[in-house]
Amino acid sequence: MIRIFSILVGLFFTVALLWSFGNGAYNQITDPAAASAEELFHKHPKELALASDGPFGNFDRQQLQRGFQVYQEVCAACHSLKLVAYRDLKQLGYNDDEVKAIAAKAQIPVYDPHTGEVKSHAGLAKDNFPPVVYGGQGSPPDLSLITKARHGGASYVYSLLTGYAEQAGFKNEKGDELLKKFPDLKTPEGLHFNPYFANLNIAMPPPLSSDGQVTYGDGTKATVGQMSKDVSAFLVWTAEPELAKRHQTGWPVVLFLLFATILAYLSYRNIWADKKH
Amino acid sequence: MSFPWANEYKPSHPFMQWMDSRLPLPRFVYNAVGAGYPVPRNINYWWNFGFLALICLGLQIVTGIVLAMHYAANAGIAFDSVEHIMRDVNWGWLMRYAHGNGASAFFVVIYIHIFRGFYFGSYKPPREMVWLLGVAIFLLMMATAFMGYVLPWGQMSFWGAKVITGLFGAIPLVGEPIQQWLLGGFAPDNAALNRFFSLHYLLPFVIVAVVVLHIWALHIPGSTNPTGVEVKTESDTLPFFPYFIAKDGWAALAFLMIYCAVVFFAPNMLGHPDNYIPANSMSTPALIVPEWYFWPFYAILRSFTFDFFFIPAKLMGVLAMFGSILVWFFLPWLDKSPVRSGNYRPLFRKFFWFGLIPSVLLLGYCGGSHAAEPYLMLSQIGSFYYFAHFLIILPIISSIERPDPLPFSITESVLGHDGNAALGAAA
Amino acid sequence: MAQDAGLATPDGAPVNQAGATETGEGVRRRDFINIAAVAAAGVGGLATLVPLISQMAPSADVLAESSTEVDISAIKPGQAIKAMYRKQPLFIRNLTAAEVAAAGKVDVSSLRDPQTLEQRTKEGKANWLITMGVCTHLGCVPLGAGEGEVKGEFGGYFCPCHGSVYDTAARIRKGPAPKNLEVPEYVFNSDTVVKIG
Repeated sequence: MIRIFSILVGLFFTVALLWSFGNGAYNQITDPAAASAEELFHKHPKELALASDGPFGNFDRQQLQRGFQVYQEVCAACHSLKLVAYRDLKQLGYNDDEVKAIAAKAQIPVYDPHTGEVKSHAGLAKDNFPPVVYGGQGSPPDLSLITKARHGGASYVYSLLTGYAEQAGFKNEKGDELLKKFPDLKTPEGLHFNPYFANLNIAMPPPLSSDGQVTYGDGTKATVGQMSKDVSAFLVWTAEPELAKRHQTGWPVVLFLLFATILAYLSYRNIWADKKH
Repeated sequence: MSFPWANEYKPSHPFMQWMDSRLPLPRFVYNAVGAGYPVPRNINYWWNFGFLALICLGLQIVTGIVLAMHYAANAGIAFDSVEHIMRDVNWGWLMRYAHGNGASAFFVVIYIHIFRGFYFGSYKPPREMVWLLGVAIFLLMMATAFMGYVLPWGQMSFWGAKVITGLFGAIPLVGEPIQQWLLGGFAPDNAALNRFFSLHYLLPFVIVAVVVLHIWALHIPGSTNPTGVEVKTESDTLPFFPYFIAKDGWAALAFLMIYCAVVFFAPNMLGHPDNYIPANSMSTPALIVPEWYFWPFYAILRSFTFDFFFIPAKLMGVLAMFGSILVWFFLPWLDKSPVRSGNYRPLFRKFFWFGLIPSVLLLGYCGGSHAAEPYLMLSQIGSFYYFAHFLIILPIISSIERPDPLPFSITESVLGHDGNAALGAAA
Repeated sequence: MAQDAGLATPDGAPVNQAGATETGEGVRRRDFINIAAVAAAGVGGLATLVPLISQMAPSADVLAESSTEVDISAIKPGQAIKAMYRKQPLFIRNLTAAEVAAAGKVDVSSLRDPQTLEQRTKEGKANWLITMGVCTHLGCVPLGAGEGEVKGEFGGYFCPCHGSVYDTAARIRKGPAPKNLEVPEYVFNSDTVVKIG
């Protein structure tokens, strides 16, 4: 009885699935979905090697300071960094006074719930980076977590910054030309063509456009590639400030567990030594 | 409750004797996980996963209680409070990564535990109750994991909550009121977040209670074993302590080592980047996917793309998704083969390895992909086999299959035909 | 004993709990492995307590507020302000010459918590009385720092909860409080900025 009932229920589901499958297959044959421009022309992030990569990775403080400089002088005009506090900058190698001086340049808005007024005061080490008011087109995301919030992480950021291209004549690896295949998809006014961006057109104009846009204090040559790399490294730090400590703690923990596992395995062999199983 | 040859608890210290006659807790522990519990000597490493699941449950409860000390269940600040844990709380990042990856580890372990049961027929009499309680634990785990994933209030949290509660909207007539009742609003917001937090804290303790019942029910007939032949004599078993404690112990440490390697070196490997974007009710992520452990079920949900007679595709998908787990409840009565272990069931074994396992893996792969071709057609194939396996194939093969000859006893299977004589001489 | 029936070793030696035969050297070496394994697991268990316990200690954002800088340039003699220091009220008072003199006239040995005003202020800055605004009795906020508040009969602070009265050096003079108002650690960064903590 149960068997008949179960086979009937089974038939109900399987036939419904066959119905969906048949309809889907029919549509697929009669009206195959054409590949979209994103599928054909979107590029995967470039390779980017950073000091923080891999299980031994640690931050290159010098590079983080350069990246922070790029953020401050370029990105900060539109992008906030709300989850990072000025006190955290000590991890980049700045001392208390330097942190204090960096913080003091910012104005921190404070909403007073009693009066409804928004007052602002000069930043202190304990304050977080303030929100950034942006009046233009699009909505620049907060950058605190950006390398964790995008597929590809730092490589994506680096690729996006260095990946702006001329749309006219743009070809993918197969040699198809975008505008020949999709003539309607010309980048609209006010947007910028970038094959590393999900839908190929990004509102952000190329932020790092010329070598020497910032002047590094440590004498590193500020090429567009270098600046992009430095700021990507910096954003890895803002997203995962715990990374270095995590790697440093991880090794002793895993090695200890390896040691304990071996001991426990020997103990197991020992206890079972004369038991067949 | 146990075999007649089980060791008896005999406290030697006067205090333990005093204790034993007043609150026999040590005796209870001795009989449950001590030398007083005889276990089939031939169980293999697939039998370690119950113990590992217990470790995962403990790990999740401890790290979860810690996180709850710092987390704020308010839609305005939940996301920032999680980042506060990651950045400012001492070892907060470790607690959160351990908890998030702990959920994944728990599901890895529990899936192996469940499929061990499928293969070795652990659901068959007299262990139906163990099985039913186990399925109940799995359902509670799914609910807990889903609600936990909502708490960080990222994009995937928000849209996951919206999609999953939307499933209830597929129920005819009462669907929409039920959805609004679940959310306490028209879309996920403060009310939903708060109740999810409350239940996410509560359900693990319900799980603990059902786990106690699960183990209790297991201890009545005792564990099954790879031959599926019931324990007959004392030489079939070894006491849980020290033999199986030692075996579970080293396996647990090996498991923890792999788990810690993920927590410390690839903590975001199994997560989705979109959940590091704060929830935004005005913008949907390009691809809404649940955590990996729900992918097979998510694929079943999405594989119904066309209305079936008068049943809308959406309702059909919801029915199938819940049905795909509920069918496990009926498993003891669907598979009536008297032989438990897949090792002695040639036909069943083929369907298990070449049917069930690939179909579930295929469903998992499709569930994590875009809802587009070819993934839809592939998940339809996977779902087709999945339902056919449990509802059609198992009932049929259990009546037509000719099982391989079973060993007379566990001892015989361990030592070959001269079993009992050899055991005495050569063990 | 029961589990070992029929499972003795070939030479008939009994099997001990750990499964090793009880024949000298082998036993000790094998027991050592078991003990070492249990000890390692124990050490690991103890080590996990470190993060579990220290997570409850003040977090980095709380510690970042463990010191505060206050601008005191606007406080005129006879005035006081309430500032926030470690989420608690802090009284900064610019004493008038008369108040300083009044505090100096008190016979220190007659006090419940004997201290001079000089001991409670910085050298050359005896007019700057900086104390916690937390009554040492049960933690209420005393009156006297705000504009128009009752200063009590000794002209300092008055705690309305249980009637503790403090003088112009914030020393306890009357009522149940056992100690003078606490003076936190502080330094003058300049004549106008004090760094508390």
